[in-house]
Amino acid sequence: MKNLLRVLALLLLTAAASQAAAHAMLDHAAPAVGSTIHESPAQLRLWFTQELEPAFSTVRVLDRDGKQVDKQDKQGDLANPALLQVSVPQLAPGRYRVVWRALSVDTHVTEGDFIFDVLP
Amino acid sequence: MKKENPCLLTAALALATVAANGPAFGHGFAGKRFFPATLTTEDPFVADELSLPTISTIKTPASDDGPATRETTFSVDVSKRITENLGVGFGAAYKQLQPDGGDRQRGFDNAAANIKYKFYQNDDHETILSAGVDWDIGGSGSKRVGAESFSTVTPALFFGKGFGDLPESAMYLRPIAVTGSIGIGIPTRASSSSFSDDGDIAIERHPHTLNVGFAIEYSLPYLQAFVKDMGLREPFNQLIPVVEVALSKPLDRGRGPTTGTVNPGILWAGRYMQLGLEALVPINHQTGSRVGWLAQIHFFLDDLFPTSIGKPIFGK
Repeated sequence: MKNLLRVLALLLLTAAASQAAAHAMLDHAAPAVGSTIHESPAQLRLWFTQELEPAFSTVRVLDRDGKQVDKQDKQGDLANPALLQVSVPQLAPGRYRVVWRALSVDTHVTEGDFIFDVLP
Repeated sequence: MKKENPCLLTAALALATVAANGPAFGHGFAGKRFFPATLTTEDPFVADELSLPTISTIKTPASDDGPATRETTFSVDVSKRITENLGVGFGAAYKQLQPDGGDRQRGFDNAAANIKYKFYQNDDHETILSAGVDWDIGGSGSKRVGAESFSTVTPALFFGKGFGDLPESAMYLRPIAVTGSIGIGIPTRASSSSFSDDGDIAIERHPHTLNVGFAIEYSLPYLQAFVKDMGLREPFNQLIPVVEVALSKPLDRGRGPTTGTVNPGILWAGRYMQLGLEALVPINHQTGSRVGWLAQIHFFLDDLFPTSIGKPIFGK
């Protein structure tokens, strides 16, 4: 039993001390997931729970017809390695889908999508 | 001409390979769906994981064989991927029995081993199907705590289905997922005989059993990340309310009542570990006389040790 408790303590310490190895999940975004906004944003920004490899992570903004409307200038952020962003032009009122794929620094891949609406 | 660093090139190539290939998820993912490890229902996915410990306690009712007994179990389970889709698992449980008015008994229950193969995954429809065999190793535990002297082999099918493919009109149901298993418990001995105190021979029959378990969960992380940001922040954005049902129905050899529990509870899924707490509500008096509880600390070894014990032995 003592050995099991030692293993448990070691694992808990390892989990507490681990800095950069886990699946990158979407923490929040701007515009927010499922939100309705009144003004077109200049950028779409995604904050993840984990540091990313921005060169191998992607984010696309699609209109209702599935046409990519972002400026295809996806980039990370040196100050915040968990942030992925892409510029968008003036978005016309309508529904947009954000499709992302994130490679965390320990090479775990996650993916997802969400929508937001722009009102006139 | 600038000379390229071969190590950097190799690292970049490796990253490019990972990025180009399909998602390589260690634990229970199908597309964007994360299936948490459930406490009583066997998971449909193959993973590198460790449950340490799982603690449960429930009071079993009095029967012809003995008085009502408080049964408390401390168990450890580890799962290891051999390949991306094939895994093995081992489990051990230390049991404490406290009969009403009787002496406390302690000891190890039979050890268990299993093998599982994930043969189907559909990311768009968040679906996983697996098949496996569990082996309860007879005679490996202590008779004092009721460990059987015979083995039970249970072939089973496992499934996981997320409802992220529901239409827009049902978007708030998308965070729902169901996992479950159905298996047949096959004892290696049809009956056991023993002598009672007054010299009579008592025969206990060991029926085949239909074992069904499922879990219905509502993932707040899924709601937040893919449906609608409700403004939840830690720890609430990592909670997954769940109800598990575990049933066992004897099929032959004298049969007997179906037993089982309904377990409402909550899971918290962090980056490296998961915590779970559930109530154990007996479905009938043959199962239990009072509500028990179940708690678990579960570690994602693929996230904790991604380059060593947290990856498949063979393959990527």
